[in-house]
Amino acid sequence: METLITILAGVLVTVAVYLLLSRSIIRIILGSAVLSHAVHLLLMVMGGLKKGSVPLLGEVSDRYTDALPQALILTAIVISFAVTAFLLVLAYRTYQETGSDDLREMRGFTDE
Amino acid sequence: MLTITLAIFIPFLAALFVPSIYKWKPDKIGWFILIIPLVLFISLVRFIPRVAGGETISHTFDWIPSANIYFTTYLDGLSLIFGLLITGVGSLVILYSIYYLTARESLSHFYVYLLMFMGAMLGVVFSDNMMVLYVFWELTSISSFLLIAFWYHRKQSRYGAQKSMLITVSGGVAMLAGFIMLYAMTGSFSIRENIAMIGEFTNHALFVPAMILVLLGAFTKSAQFPFHIWLPDAMEAPTPVSAYLHSATMVKAGIYLVARFTGIFGGDAVWFYTVSIVGIFTLFWGSFNAVRQTDLKALLAYSTISQLGLVMSLFGLGSAALHEGYSDQSVLYAQATFAALFHLINHSTFKGALFMVVGIVDLNAGTRDVRRLGGLMALMPVTFTIALIGSFSMAGLPPFNGFLSKEMFFEAMLTVRHLEFFSIGSWGILFPILAWVGSIFTFVYSMIIVFQTFFGAHQPERLDREAHEAPMGMLIAPSILGLLVVAVFFFPNVVGDYLLRPAMSAIYPSLPNIAGAMKSIKIWHGPNLALWMTVGVVVIGFLLYASLKYWRSMYKVGPFRWGLDSVYNGALSMMERSSTVLTNRYMTGYLRHYLIYIFGIFLILTAGTLVLVGGVPFDFSNDSSITVNEYILVFGMMVAGVLMIFVSSRVTAILLNGVLGYSIALFFVIFRAPDLALTQIVIETVTTALFLLCFYFLPEVKKERVKRPAKIVNLLIAISVGTLVTVIALAVQGSNMFDSISIYFENAYELTGGKNIVNTILGDFRAFDTMLEVVVLFIAGIGVYTLVKLKSRKEGRDVED
Repeated sequence: METLITILAGVLVTVAVYLLLSRSIIRIILGSAVLSHAVHLLLMVMGGLKKGSVPLLGEVSDRYTDALPQALILTAIVISFAVTAFLLVLAYRTYQETGSDDLREMRGFTDE
Repeated sequence: MLTITLAIFIPFLAALFVPSIYKWKPDKIGWFILIIPLVLFISLVRFIPRVAGGETISHTFDWIPSANIYFTTYLDGLSLIFGLLITGVGSLVILYSIYYLTARESLSHFYVYLLMFMGAMLGVVFSDNMMVLYVFWELTSISSFLLIAFWYHRKQSRYGAQKSMLITVSGGVAMLAGFIMLYAMTGSFSIRENIAMIGEFTNHALFVPAMILVLLGAFTKSAQFPFHIWLPDAMEAPTPVSAYLHSATMVKAGIYLVARFTGIFGGDAVWFYTVSIVGIFTLFWGSFNAVRQTDLKALLAYSTISQLGLVMSLFGLGSAALHEGYSDQSVLYAQATFAALFHLINHSTFKGALFMVVGIVDLNAGTRDVRRLGGLMALMPVTFTIALIGSFSMAGLPPFNGFLSKEMFFEAMLTVRHLEFFSIGSWGILFPILAWVGSIFTFVYSMIIVFQTFFGAHQPERLDREAHEAPMGMLIAPSILGLLVVAVFFFPNVVGDYLLRPAMSAIYPSLPNIAGAMKSIKIWHGPNLALWMTVGVVVIGFLLYASLKYWRSMYKVGPFRWGLDSVYNGALSMMERSSTVLTNRYMTGYLRHYLIYIFGIFLILTAGTLVLVGGVPFDFSNDSSITVNEYILVFGMMVAGVLMIFVSSRVTAILLNGVLGYSIALFFVIFRAPDLALTQIVIETVTTALFLLCFYFLPEVKKERVKRPAKIVNLLIAISVGTLVTVIALAVQGSNMFDSISIYFENAYELTGGKNIVNTILGDFRAFDTMLEVVVLFIAGIGVYTLVKLKSRKEGRDVED
């Protein structure tokens, strides 16, 4: 399971990096969203998967799942939401001002 | 004793109160400031008898003990001399500047900078720990920068400030490297401990590099050739600053450093030659160039360079005393150090007085150009007297203190002929010759100051103001210095016994008898070679001065004309141009390029490390089992992810992103993370809604019009980054170097009273993180709000247009 999820995360990172390198702002924002998905999965994997019960004390179990990655991911989810929201509004404003969503055009490069 | 440590901090503390005093009594502020150096001076004077009795006073408190950095202050004969100069000349300079600067200037800035300098300079001379010394050293450079640029509306001031900053700070950084090398050798940052231990390390590979780097710091600060070029440009500072920083104290920090480190590096041939040759050449070059100056302050600047070279060369010669332990020979060479210390004090008195005189002339005649000045003797009798005393002392004439130290200087230079080690041979004769020639030029420019300013025809039509004598208050400070010049001549051994001898023991801690072995200073020592050299200086100097107009044109020919200044300016503008070109090449402002740099460096460093370390540990034995529906979920996510690259419709793209997000939520359920699953579902829903909302305002995602090569590059980078991340993640899981710390949190109920471990981590164990996370959300919220809000205003304005 761990290896499979790690490979899935790797694929998502590949997709995210490809999207980040493109010229359209929307694709870049999507890229950053996918990247945070990948990172959440990776964090999850680090604590080991499906080993022990839900980290709620009082559950009848001799072992709990690692709670630390979960806490980290919870923070990360919220932060990545904030980043996405900010980037979206930034893209919206940029489009209002410049009439373009193409980073290359914004820099004044002529099209290839 | 805490007194010395306090002495460093009092000026800094006082600087804090300057602005409020300035608000209260803007025109009287100088008088309040004057109290500080005066009090410090008096408290230092009270130490003189104890230090003369052989006592040293030190006080330590821990600063960064883990890095061997202790705030140790140390008072011995050497630091006492400098401490007295800093506070004594400081008091006089502040008294003088009360009259020099009008209330229209931003006095509060001026005094804050000046106090900052005073504290930093005291820190330099009282610190025993090299790191602490370095911090104060750079602080003096910074305050000097601020003071030179005091009239920052002038282009020349800004240029001079930048130049001094660049040169002295680069020297300071070199010095820091030298200190670190010393630490690498001896394991101590304490100068005294280094002096005690260095004997075992003189053959260490780092010994000479450390020495050269420390000397670079000293030479840049003390304006030694070829780093002297910053000092003439520093004359753009107000005259009190020139008198204080750029003649009496800061430029002597380099000399202090050389004196202090003689105990460490002295006795080595490289040190001996570098210090003495650079010094003697600077003496010659400075005095030679001073003669051609027409601006009195520029003349004094070159004269300071030359005099600093004189003191420097004496310290170089004096270091020979450490070559072979205590003997009659070493006493002979140590005499050079004795002369150096004496001249150091004398220079501060007569040069301080001369700077103040030039300031008075500048202020009351409207110019400091010697070609326009003349005949001021009758108009400014007091100023003239002080100028006469200062100049004649500088020229080395009796009955002024400069005569005594100049004679000692000649004698010391003559002893080099007898030097039998360091394979000096017959080259030693060059030292007295250069010294003598330099002294002739010194005589000539000293005469220029007196005669061209105060004698000759008065030309009122060429002056900007009607010349008149300065007010009484302004004359007090230079008069005190002038009196000292004469007093030291008649009572030289008061200075010698109470200040110089204790300083000798401080410079030569390994030769405890050396201070007592110094000859006492004699006003008349009979006709010897040194005296005849002085007579020669006077005769030839006078002839040269009389024939000045015939040979002055020599400065316009050939190699004398192009100076090091053009080299500096050229190098600076070349560096600016090339860095602009270079920066513009890679800072394109295009996000894709920056991301490529980031990913590229990540790939090179991490993949490189993995290859270097060799072998990535994989261990799949610990994996848990996989069910069929989990396979389906993973497969679905991979397809959704890869599809995102190819879709052209933005709604499809956001839906695919939603697929990813909700699948992850399902995984969180499977992986026993209920909190995460809940959060993920909520956030994913809001995000998708937000995307759709924004898409209403944004254009359709166009098919990427990117050339094929660029696409391939992107794909390659993406695949390599993805692979590398996977490999690293697998390697991390494969190795088990540390125990998990998560067991700790399973005590959550006892520690916090909560049963949900994730919640207790967020709300209790790491509550600060959570609080800051909320701050991030808050900031993002403000950002979003501002961006939306800004628009309406801007649009409103557009409509008006």
